[in-house]
Amino acid sequence: MSAPRRRNSIGAGPGMRAALIGVSLLFMAVFLVLPLLSVFTEALRGGFGKYFAAILDADAIAALRLTLLVALIAVPLNMVFGVAASWAIAKFDFWGKSLLITLIDLPFSVSPVISGLIYVLLFGAQGLLGPWLQAHDIQVIFAVPGIVLATVFVTFPFVARELIPLMQEQGTEAEEAARSLGANGWQMFTRVTLPNIKWGLLYGVLLCNARAMGEFGAVSVVSGHIRGLTTTMPLHVEILYNEYNFIAAFAVASLLAFLALVTLVVKSALEWGDRQNPDEVRVAGATL
Amino acid sequence: MKTKSILAALAIAAMAALPQAASAKDISLLNVSYDPTRELYKEINVAFAKQWKDKTGDTVTIQQSHGGSGKQARSVIDGLKADVVTLALAYDVDSLYDNGKLIPLEWQKRLPQNAAPYTSTIVFLVRKGNPWKIKDWDDLVKPGISVITPNPKTSGGARWNYLAAWAYALHKNNNDDAKAKDFVKKLFKNVPVLDTGARGSTTTFAQRGLGDVLIAWENEAYLSLAEFGADKFDVIVPTESILAEPTVSIVDKVVDSKGTRQVAEAYLNFLYTPEAQKIIAKNFYRPRDAAASSAATVKLPELTLFTIDEQFGGWRKAQKTHFDDGGTFDDIYKP
Repeated sequence: MSAPRRRNSIGAGPGMRAALIGVSLLFMAVFLVLPLLSVFTEALRGGFGKYFAAILDADAIAALRLTLLVALIAVPLNMVFGVAASWAIAKFDFWGKSLLITLIDLPFSVSPVISGLIYVLLFGAQGLLGPWLQAHDIQVIFAVPGIVLATVFVTFPFVARELIPLMQEQGTEAEEAARSLGANGWQMFTRVTLPNIKWGLLYGVLLCNARAMGEFGAVSVVSGHIRGLTTTMPLHVEILYNEYNFIAAFAVASLLAFLALVTLVVKSALEWGDRQNPDEVRVAGATL
Repeated sequence: MKTKSILAALAIAAMAALPQAASAKDISLLNVSYDPTRELYKEINVAFAKQWKDKTGDTVTIQQSHGGSGKQARSVIDGLKADVVTLALAYDVDSLYDNGKLIPLEWQKRLPQNAAPYTSTIVFLVRKGNPWKIKDWDDLVKPGISVITPNPKTSGGARWNYLAAWAYALHKNNNDDAKAKDFVKKLFKNVPVLDTGARGSTTTFAQRGLGDVLIAWENEAYLSLAEFGADKFDVIVPTESILAEPTVSIVDKVVDSKGTRQVAEAYLNFLYTPEAQKIIAKNFYRPRDAAASSAATVKLPELTLFTIDEQFGGWRKAQKTHFDDGGTFDDIYKP
């Protein structure tokens, strides 16, 4: 390059670089680090004794358990759905494809509260299926199934949205090669497709998980807010806050933030592990 | 050898426990209530569970759900399995009859005092020292005063607030409805945010520091003093206000399917006992039993109180005129 020293190919000088980095860091500090810190300082305002008492409270533990259960059901479901849908969309041409893509985006475009209300209108006692459900003594909304349904609904675009562009870009050549070399469908999927999409998939799953654990609006509508029974962690935080129990509210909020940090650490650990021994994956993609 | 003796001990323990297990039941009740009663029912539930255990040997756990009164009624209509509802006003309980016939029409006749075991009224909470010199309802409509009150569409407390202001204006203007409407319209011009429930409004005012005056349940106002410190706020009692009568009922359809009618009825009757009335007084509500007032944490002020029946011809009429779609509130409040 004939550009002057310390000037890179896109023509940004050191001043520009410092400004960009500075703005990014400032933005992060104000919108991310400060609020996160304030959650933890508020939570620890009364000391560690009160903090742990709040977290180990029976209702808080019930909320934690429910939150994890909901995520454990919603995330794998949406993982399977996301892979299947993006596979279908990226690798095949069929009638109604754009409609399917639009439908996948639906949960992003409707307000979560509306998503919750849809289930109330469908499964509520006055709803479409309500009388039948009541006659068979099946409780969907204001119980765990409703919370799971609402969460699955609001989180289902995450994996698919992450994978569709990726798979479209990758095209079908690698799969076609695998088939021509004699791989069956399952082999092709596990040895070619999956390794190619795994980072996109992981990222989609993380986003899906974060939203599943943190969802408030949709879950709030279908929960019924029964303490210790149908309250997920975000709802429990609201209850504690409304009961003037600010330390406990922030303590449970910090636990929720901590769970989010754990998923990020898991992601980084996986990425790091992959960088340590990248051979098999890259080879699988490269040789085919 | 050792395992055997442990097994034997376990078997004996199990046998000893068995007859008890056969007779003592674990019952759970769900009390779906409005927003500011969280602390009250927490205490009531403990007292009732103890009394029920002494009487029958059964363990009863009472689960609580709180939110804006109208919203809570809606949830029960939509299938939330409440054994009892303890809501902010009679109309919200009426709606359980209107939508799905969950209770009989004459539900209010089943318990003393029109099924309202305690009352309260509507007062103002202002910042310490009352910087805006708010004394009465007139002061709330002055330009520049920021008033916090919840949404009458979802909150019971908000509807009491609204009607109290309306009735005050009627009294000031020879019962001229148009002038009353104008007054309330001016008041809502001063409202920057409508929360869905009374508790939301209280935290907006007290914790987040929004607004110059909070129109609040009397019990909620005094509770705020207790929670946040009496050095932060003052309670202002207007010259007149409304007698708020929160009402309670069992939900017949639910208790009959769950088989909890007996304990649910006992729970509501318990609210009228001297023991419960004292807890009610302690939590800043007005007990029906005058003797219980001695247990009150603060002496509640005396003021002119009018009832919904004498002023508005009952809740059904008031709801239809003011809060249903196309009512006066829809006219007045256009965000």
